[in-house]
Amino acid sequence: MTATAPPRPAAPQVPPSRPSAGRRVLNRLLRWWRQLTAMRTALVLLFLLAVAAIPGSLLPQRSLSQNNVNQYLVDHPTLAPWLDRLYLFDVFSSPWFAAIYLLLFISLIGCVVPRAIEHARSLFAPPPTAPRHLLRLPENTELPAPLDGPAALDVVEEELRVRRFRVVRRDGRSGPELSAEKGYLRETGNVLFHFSLLALLLGLAAGKMWGYEGSILVTEGQGFCNSFQQYDTYSAGPLVDSGDLAPLCVDLTEFQAQYEDDLTAASYTADIDYQLDGAAGPPTTIGVNDPLRIDGDRVYVTGHGYSPEFSITLPDGTAFTDLSAPFLPADQGTMASQGVLKVPDLGAGDTDQLAIEGFFAPTGALQGGVLTSVDPRPLDPQVAVVVYTGYLGLDSGLPQSVYSLDQTQIDRGLLTEQGRANLAAGESLTLADGTVVTFSGVKEFAALQVSHDPGQLWVLGAAMAVLAGLLGMLLVRRERVFARAAPAADGGGTVLSIGSLTRGSADTGPRFTALTDAVQAALSARSAAAPAAAPSLSEEAPPS
Amino acid sequence: MIDESLARLSDTFFTITVVVYSLAVVAFCAELAFGRPARAQQLVAAGGDRLPAAPSTEEPARARRLGSLAMLLTVLGLLTHAAVVVTRGMAADRLPWGNMYEFTTVVVLVAVLAYTLLAVRAPELRHIGVFIMGPVVVAMALIRLVLYVQAGPLVAALRSWWLAVHVTTATLGFGIFFVSGIVSVLYLVKSRREERAVAGAVPGPSLLDRLPSAAALDRTAHRTAVFGFPIWTFAVIAGAIWAESAWGRFWGWDPKETWAFIAWVVYAAYLHARTTSGWRGRPSAWVNVVGLAVMVFNLLYVNFVSTGLHSYAGVS
Ligand code: HEM
Repeated sequence: MTATAPPRPAAPQVPPSRPSAGRRVLNRLLRWWRQLTAMRTALVLLFLLAVAAIPGSLLPQRSLSQNNVNQYLVDHPTLAPWLDRLYLFDVFSSPWFAAIYLLLFISLIGCVVPRAIEHARSLFAPPPTAPRHLLRLPENTELPAPLDGPAALDVVEEELRVRRFRVVRRDGRSGPELSAEKGYLRETGNVLFHFSLLALLLGLAAGKMWGYEGSILVTEGQGFCNSFQQYDTYSAGPLVDSGDLAPLCVDLTEFQAQYEDDLTAASYTADIDYQLDGAAGPPTTIGVNDPLRIDGDRVYVTGHGYSPEFSITLPDGTAFTDLSAPFLPADQGTMASQGVLKVPDLGAGDTDQLAIEGFFAPTGALQGGVLTSVDPRPLDPQVAVVVYTGYLGLDSGLPQSVYSLDQTQIDRGLLTEQGRANLAAGESLTLADGTVVTFSGVKEFAALQVSHDPGQLWVLGAAMAVLAGLLGMLLVRRERVFARAAPAADGGGTVLSIGSLTRGSADTGPRFTALTDAVQAALSARSAAAPAAAPSLSEEAPPS
Repeated sequence: MIDESLARLSDTFFTITVVVYSLAVVAFCAELAFGRPARAQQLVAAGGDRLPAAPSTEEPARARRLGSLAMLLTVLGLLTHAAVVVTRGMAADRLPWGNMYEFTTVVVLVAVLAYTLLAVRAPELRHIGVFIMGPVVVAMALIRLVLYVQAGPLVAALRSWWLAVHVTTATLGFGIFFVSGIVSVLYLVKSRREERAVAGAVPGPSLLDRLPSAAALDRTAHRTAVFGFPIWTFAVIAGAIWAESAWGRFWGWDPKETWAFIAWVVYAAYLHARTTSGWRGRPSAWVNVVGLAVMVFNLLYVNFVSTGLHSYAGVS
């Protein structure tokens, strides 16, 4: 394929008769198509793609962190809505980003399909005829040969065949000639590379359409099943039918975090039991870099933290034990965590609800009366709690975070503080009405994520093909060698003109010299065996 | 776990390396400076010529000796630089590219190695030495001052076989692109000078005269980029495979991923530009320079300013 420049607007000319409207539309379309598939357009689209990706890394993205986007919306009340309208918080799923890569890929199809067809043809066709002026090729030389034309070309052909060239002999206008070519893999690589990019895009698209991802925090001893209702957060492609999720349930039996001496986290492992379609799988340990893979779904540990456990004893003696909720780590280094335990069903009434809001330190230390954490390991777990009673507003219809209290409930006086305390494991706080809240211990929770991406293997295969094509395209040289034999001017023997054209390598000189040296040596050997032919042989090696 | 004496030895090697590299820069500078008088004479002789004087193949003996000394120092520095990395790895008993300090140290090592190999294969490229080793010394000093951390164990997410595959290829690609980008910069400068000379302006003698021809620089930049591109492609693919097992998705447009993608697209554009009419020569060289800028930005901005690796380990 040649990189054809887009056709220039022709100088105004008066056509004999105006072409029909249909014809004109067709011409216009054809022109656009040629423009779109020109190399120059591809280049511009590549740049656009690179530039378009930039805001996706500089501005917070919903796909990465909804929270950061919300914060940005709050911080930039005038600018942010405009950015939002331009999809700048969803760059990689925005219509303009899609427009760029779709145009690029259409351009790619238009560019590579004709090239692939031409290449397929050339695979079965003999190498092209020799150009008229061989001595104008980038590498060229003339050799005197004491043989007749065809015999001299035989020698060249032999040398080229040894080098795995494909050779064809023709009778040209100015004598017998030879064309040879090798390195077809270069072009094959190019076609493979560009088509594999397309395949990769299709795989990505399939993943986006039919893939999903759900995350949930699971405390030791608890579990979940793979359904969107159960997940804390999930995202799913538009073609995912929530009834089709793999019937997978996972229970977390134990979670372990290991630390080096300097408190660098060394490993996180979660021991899980799982059931697929009701059939229990073997107990499995998953960890960082080591997910559970079953049947197209994968289960990951993406984080961990602590769930403090409380028991509550009402004045009438009714006891609630083993109540726990995940507290989110605010500091990964010390695992200082914050959270809230909501207990909506203590008593009969709506207003008998209780909440324990608190700060948890796996290894607590009091600094000026304030609890802080000094170690991520649960060496001396402590909590600082504030206990509220009243109405939590869970059924008010407004969504509320599981990990914090709804401040408006407190502001409206629906929730009132009943007491606060710093508690070590086993210690209790007694409220004014006699209710006893005990910090009984702590369990670990794991942040688990279930992912499903049907395009993934396809994408991997396409990526490998991209790489293979690239290596072929960049490492293989395509070489063409042409030779022609003409009778020597002084009558005796033949003059061989040899020229070569290489794509994909800078220093072609040495290889060409090696070839012509070998031809020269073979010629000498031949003529020594059949001394009849020529008088003089003592030419110098060609200049390189 | 950490062998403190080895870790200290590594730090000492680092200091030695910076000193040796600096001496190499001085020697390269001296080579250029002492190479000049001969050139100046030639220029005077060729004063009326409209074409630039043919590059002198004959260097003054003093310059040649200085050049050899500079290469020797570079190779010596390369050895102590390798020792920095090896002792660091032995001190922590793991692959020594687990944090920014170690990663950038290895990237610079690869760059110096790439330059040395180029200079050995094509001696005329030796003359670009000061322009490679100068930035190398600056980079090493910054790495030591800004990025240094004590040898320590790896965080959990990095304890994977893919660290070896992904990060090793990423450093290789980066180091090679580093050399390629600088050669393109030199090409831009040199080709401007050659153009001026062709246009008739008789240029005064300049250090630039001792650089290889613009065509040779362009070819070198292209060939190194062609070498680096598949490596970078592989690094990105390996990163995606690792991300699939570490973070639950093979591609998530995390800032680091996004900029790796941008760099990849820019280098693809560079290779395209080289074969697109209207883009050959200077415009395509600019694309290569932009590629290097993107790589450096990815290293610095994404690791320092945006929410980098920290967010991975946490609960979001
Ligand atoms: C997804 C975007 C694309 C990427 C990443 C890409 C990448 C590449 C790369 C890395 C090369 C190797 C250049 C070399 O041989 O040194 C190449 C070659 C080539 N590409 Fe693309 N390409 C893309 C799209 C396109 C499009 C849209 C076209 C057509 C308009 C195209 C046409 C070509 C041609 C003709 C070559 C061969 C150049 C030569 O062999 O001299 N590519 N491409």
